Amino acid sequence: MALALQQLINGLTLGAVYGLIAIGYTMVYGIIGMINFAHGDIYMVSAFIAVTGFTLLAAFGVSSVPFALVVVLIVAVLFTSVYGWAVERLAYRPLRGSTRLAPLISAIGMSIFLQNMVQLTQGARVKPIPPMLTGGIDIYETAEFTVRIAYSQMLIVLVTVGLMIAFSWLITRTSFGRQQRACEQDRTMTALLGINVDRTISLTFMLGAALAAVAGVMVTVYYGVVDFYIGFVAGIKAFTAAVLGGVGSLPGAMLGGLIIGLIEAFWSSYLSAEYKDVATFSILILVLMFRPSGLLGRPEVEKV
Amino acid sequence: MMLQLSGVHAHYGHIHALRGIDLSVQVGEVVTLIGANGAGKSTLLMSLFGQPRVSAGRITFDGEDITRLPTHIIARRDISLVPEGRRIFPRMTVMENLLMGAVLADPRNLDVDLKRMYALFPILEERLEQRAGTLSGGEQQMLAIARALMARPKLLLLDEPSLGLAPLYIKKIFQTIRELNEDHGMTILLIEQNAHHALRAAHRGYVMQHGQITMTGTGRDLLASAEVRAAYLEGGHAAA
Repeated sequence: MALALQQLINGLTLGAVYGLIAIGYTMVYGIIGMINFAHGDIYMVSAFIAVTGFTLLAAFGVSSVPFALVVVLIVAVLFTSVYGWAVERLAYRPLRGSTRLAPLISAIGMSIFLQNMVQLTQGARVKPIPPMLTGGIDIYETAEFTVRIAYSQMLIVLVTVGLMIAFSWLITRTSFGRQQRACEQDRTMTALLGINVDRTISLTFMLGAALAAVAGVMVTVYYGVVDFYIGFVAGIKAFTAAVLGGVGSLPGAMLGGLIIGLIEAFWSSYLSAEYKDVATFSILILVLMFRPSGLLGRPEVEKV
Repeated sequence: MMLQLSGVHAHYGHIHALRGIDLSVQVGEVVTLIGANGAGKSTLLMSLFGQPRVSAGRITFDGEDITRLPTHIIARRDISLVPEGRRIFPRMTVMENLLMGAVLADPRNLDVDLKRMYALFPILEERLEQRAGTLSGGEQQMLAIARALMARPKLLLLDEPSLGLAPLYIKKIFQTIRELNEDHGMTILLIEQNAHHALRAAHRGYVMQHGQITMTGTGRDLLASAEVRAAYLEGGHAAA
């Protein structure tokens, strides 16, 4: 019971992170119909920006954790958005109007490029940050086990929930959100109404990257270590989350993230930690086979 | 001259869809373009926006060469299109569709313009929160027209606005076209298969066949012309 509760907490935390990354996949897919395989690496870049930021701030004697967090979050979001913009501009936009496969291959190339760039400049070894958000609240105690919500977990869940609310508002209630959805539904018609579609697509990439940046910073605080390869694994899991939730659907991405996070947490504690990725990818395969439109996605066929 | 096309050629895939089109629309005019299915009428309207780009020739609007401008910049010259197939945003509400039309308009006019649309098409006001994709064909057509009008265009381009509408609505649409032109001075270029209504509503007309303009004249003259009558009025549709 206690263990299950603890795994629930861990799973929700992990799921929140996957969900944040999954939104980037789902939005980009929604608007230009491609899977941005470099998205996970954008998240990795953000984690490295976080490591550098925290280390620098510590070196300058900044000891206030909230201050350091806010500064690093802002810097990471800014830099990472520029990465998101640049990736689209350099690797995808020139291929628009080309075959469907071309930007996909370009995305894989971009992913390899980003991984290697970070590996070369930052080194291949695991990078740690000094522990900064330690401790937590014990909520349930038995003789042999204590259920604890770590402060870092609370932070992750709170920030994610806050971002989700803000983001849903942005997409459903603002003029930019409408333009973004219009581009998803009919790009030509959107341009005919005077909207700069290229700019909307760029902003979509930047927004996706910004959310991945927040996830990157959070994970750095949570685990305390990063390496150049984390983007690949997290990226594929977030992609699975997006597919599970229904690619193109924002609530779906979040739901998919939570489910994947929970499955991973429970699987690794009750079955086998080594095979937790097998669980995730089995889900990917099953969803693709039996419900390709995902849990909340809409079927491809539409009434005309 | 508000809109002027000179020697415009365009290709749609491998099809040479426009073969040297000369056409003009003056300020305050209603001009109609009639022709059979596949004559290139819709391609002509879309080519004004660079979709597809013209391969030869020149398009000017208010004296400015717009031939090579990006689509969204052309739209910002106050040209609105009610496209073939309506192309409303199906997964947005009726209200959101109207707001999309007003994206470039002065927000201070929003309430007035919305009220004008409700007066024009009362059904839209009843359906504001409904997803546009669930509207009937006629309602979608009205929404597409209202969306185009929300931008307060100087030039309104209509691609078969009467298509799929009940006779009562067809009357309403043509009445609306006349009102927009007479009361608001809006310049209109209208594509129609419904040649009879279109020629009666228009000051001037063009007949298009196989990507070329084959005849032009006042609405009245074309309506009286034996050729037009045979091909587009009495005999139903001409072969493409």
